[in-house]
Amino acid sequence: MELSGAEILIKCLQAEKVEYVFGYPGGAVLFIYDELFKQNKVKHVLVRHEQGATHAADGYSRSSRKVGVALVTSGPGVTNAVTGIATAYMDSIPMVIISGQVPTHAIGLDAFQECDAVGITRPCVKHNFLVKDVKDLALTIKKAFYLASTGRPGPVLVDIPKDVTTDKCKFEYPETISMRSYNPVVKGHSGQIKKAAQLLIEAQRPMIYAGGGVILSDAAPQLTKLVRMLGFPCTNTLMGLGGFPATDKHFVGMLGMHGTYEANMAMQNCDVLVAIGARFDDRVIGDPAHFGQVPRKIIHIDIDPSSISKRVRVDVPIVGHVPDVLDDLIKLIDAGKQRPDAKALGAWWEQIKQWKTKDCLRYDRKSKIIKPQFVLEKLYEITKGDAIVTSDVGQHQMWAAQFYKFDKPRRWINSGGLGTMGFGLPAAMGAQLANPGASVVCVTGEASFQMCIQELSTCKQYRLPIKIINLNNRYMGMVRQWQQFFHGNRYSESYMDALPDFVKLAESYGHVGISIEKPADVEPALKEAFKRTEELVFMDFITDQTENVYPMVGGGKGLTEMILAEEL
Amino acid sequence: MRHIISILLENEAGALSRVSGLFSARGYNIESLTVAPTEDESLSRMTIVTSGSGDVIEQITKQLNKLVEVVKVVDLFEAPHIERELMLIKVRATAKDRDDMKRMSDIFRGRIIDVSEDTYTIELTGTGHKLDAFIEALGRSVILETARTGACGISRGQRVLRI
Ligand SMILES: Cc1cc2nc3c(=O)[nH]c(=O)nc-3n(C[C@H](O)[C@H](O)[C@H](O)COP(=O)(O)OP(=O)(O)OC[C@H]3O[C@@H](n4cnc5c(N)ncnc54)[C@H](O)[C@@H]3O)c2cc1C
Ligand SMILES: Cc1ncc(C[n+]2csc(CCOP(=O)(O)OP(=O)(O)O)c2C)c(N)n1
Ligand SMILES: [Mg+2]
Repeated sequence: MELSGAEILIKCLQAEKVEYVFGYPGGAVLFIYDELFKQNKVKHVLVRHEQGATHAADGYSRSSRKVGVALVTSGPGVTNAVTGIATAYMDSIPMVIISGQVPTHAIGLDAFQECDAVGITRPCVKHNFLVKDVKDLALTIKKAFYLASTGRPGPVLVDIPKDVTTDKCKFEYPETISMRSYNPVVKGHSGQIKKAAQLLIEAQRPMIYAGGGVILSDAAPQLTKLVRMLGFPCTNTLMGLGGFPATDKHFVGMLGMHGTYEANMAMQNCDVLVAIGARFDDRVIGDPAHFGQVPRKIIHIDIDPSSISKRVRVDVPIVGHVPDVLDDLIKLIDAGKQRPDAKALGAWWEQIKQWKTKDCLRYDRKSKIIKPQFVLEKLYEITKGDAIVTSDVGQHQMWAAQFYKFDKPRRWINSGGLGTMGFGLPAAMGAQLANPGASVVCVTGEASFQMCIQELSTCKQYRLPIKIINLNNRYMGMVRQWQQFFHGNRYSESYMDALPDFVKLAESYGHVGISIEKPADVEPALKEAFKRTEELVFMDFITDQTENVYPMVGGGKGLTEMILAEEL
Repeated sequence: MRHIISILLENEAGALSRVSGLFSARGYNIESLTVAPTEDESLSRMTIVTSGSGDVIEQITKQLNKLVEVVKVVDLFEAPHIERELMLIKVRATAKDRDDMKRMSDIFRGRIIDVSEDTYTIELTGTGHKLDAFIEALGRSVILETARTGACGISRGQRVLRI
């Protein structure tokens, strides 16, 4: 029997066990929507803007380790989706985006709602396809899921012209797939792993720096085992939070631009550095020349060879899948007789404790105005550290990263690489759908929230009981902070004027809104909100407008050239 | 430093734009780029002449390898290799100059492949330097038009690039 392209697509999604498709209909995808309507295995979530669809698919993926799927129409549908695709690309999130396209015979003729989706998305996808013949459709979808989820994950776009959705052919979904041009390495090179083990054993001042690759590859158990077995200090990047338990005594906090004093000092003063699934981002190491000033041996484990020695030359590159490499490394160290030099390690920890006494995340706890850090500490307490926390982009994002202690992976969901304002709410929708019983919290700012505010309507339709923490400082706080530090207090266009009444706004969408203005009301409000397990609660915390994120490494500065609270 | 990078890639629509897009997006130099199908029709071979520090060239090869349609990448500069470029050049050749032109073409082992009343079209292959030298030797005033392919290259001896 022959099936239409639209039927084939839905069959493929079913075969991939896709639970949710986040999308928005339009002319080019009408036949696909028609087939979605006729079945109930693949559920469709109707967002209010295609950016929301891609972020929701992204949040779904990050919180569930499955491939997120979005469906958009041609032209404006796909251009609206680009921000979400680029967001997923920068953070290596496995997603498949299906876009409609004008019929094959109309391509290139400036047809209605035509845009070159493959061309527009090329720089921000792992790969993309234009399906010109229905006979290629099933194989292409198979390839898309395979590419998205293996190796260094990433978004893959499949552009399907309208006539391909009506053309017919026999349907056969390939069980397995192999591509001669795509063979990601999994096992690490044993000689390199041996070298790494030796360096680790001999280290006097070791440091483990683990990133998003640990989360993406579900290697938290292996990382935790390695760190505890060696007794070394461990830091996480913004993307790696939860990859190692934040409450473990070996954890020294996040590193980087807004990392802790002790993490950044340890990065600069260690003699052996192990980077695991982390890419030496500019927000992590600061000025590379300053970073490179000190001699240290660097081991770098990453599945993508192009991440290695891109910004920092390393001594022992290991290309491979984190859990496999760490398993091998652990086995090797276990089997050997040598153990790290306890005396040297003791002295190193003494030094780190010394740095910790700076208490770099300290803030004014007696303030009469709500301090954003206080809200996050309370949030952590009340949710017992067990919530899935998404965030938008800005100061609130950094405070959430600093003050919510993530002990488990896939609980912290934020846009690190692209830094996309508007990410938080739709990502929370995806996370809530993937984890129906879980507490899902969106930490946001009044500016970011307005970038995808329309999704409050989606939350109502699908009864998503997300808890929204709006740290409302009436400023694009992160921008204001840079202007204060580096632009002579000239707050050019960073004040958020004419804000809506967020409580009424939440109510008008059918949700609960609470406004909180005094520190004493923070805890009761949070408790009240989390009691409402069936409802979305928007908490508008009116916070200190002048608060800044500390420590801070200014743009282009060395990692240890931190601005600390006391210095201002 | 100048490098010649040879790439085997799937002979698919769009593969070329992925490679050229990569170079422009990441700010890598392209001196020339040539591409054509190989004896195996499912594959194309591309030759890119680029330049950059060792670190940049390393990133270029890694980034190229990362492209899903790229099957193999080699930097020909890692071993002895041969480089050739083809040029078609149309020159003014009026009665009194015709013999001179012919002689010059012979010296450079060019071939005159089209003749008209007052022009010659000469075919010349060699390294880019040789083609440049020919242009210099003729003198720009007599040149009407040139078409160059950009370099393509191959390793010497046993080394082969295939899948
Ligand atoms: C306002 C703002 C401030 C920021 N400040 C900071 C800051 O202070 N500190 C900070 O750390 N970040 C900060 N960031 C985030 C920063 O921009 C980067 O996104 C982040 O540091 C990158 O994290 P990562 O190195 O863990 O890499 P990721 O982007 O998570 O990349 C993962 C790496 O792991 C590899 N990988 C993937 N899968 C595997 C696998 N299976 N096996 C092996 N390797 C794998 C990938 O190839 C890649 O190299 C900030 C962002 C914003 C928006
Ligand atoms: C889409 C987008 N536009 C602009 C920026 C630049 N930017 C980074 S943080 C920020 C301000 C965010 O303000 P808000 O959401 O109120 O958070 P706050 O910093 O005040 O906590 C801006 C404009 C961005 N990251 N994303
Ligand atoms: Mg704000």
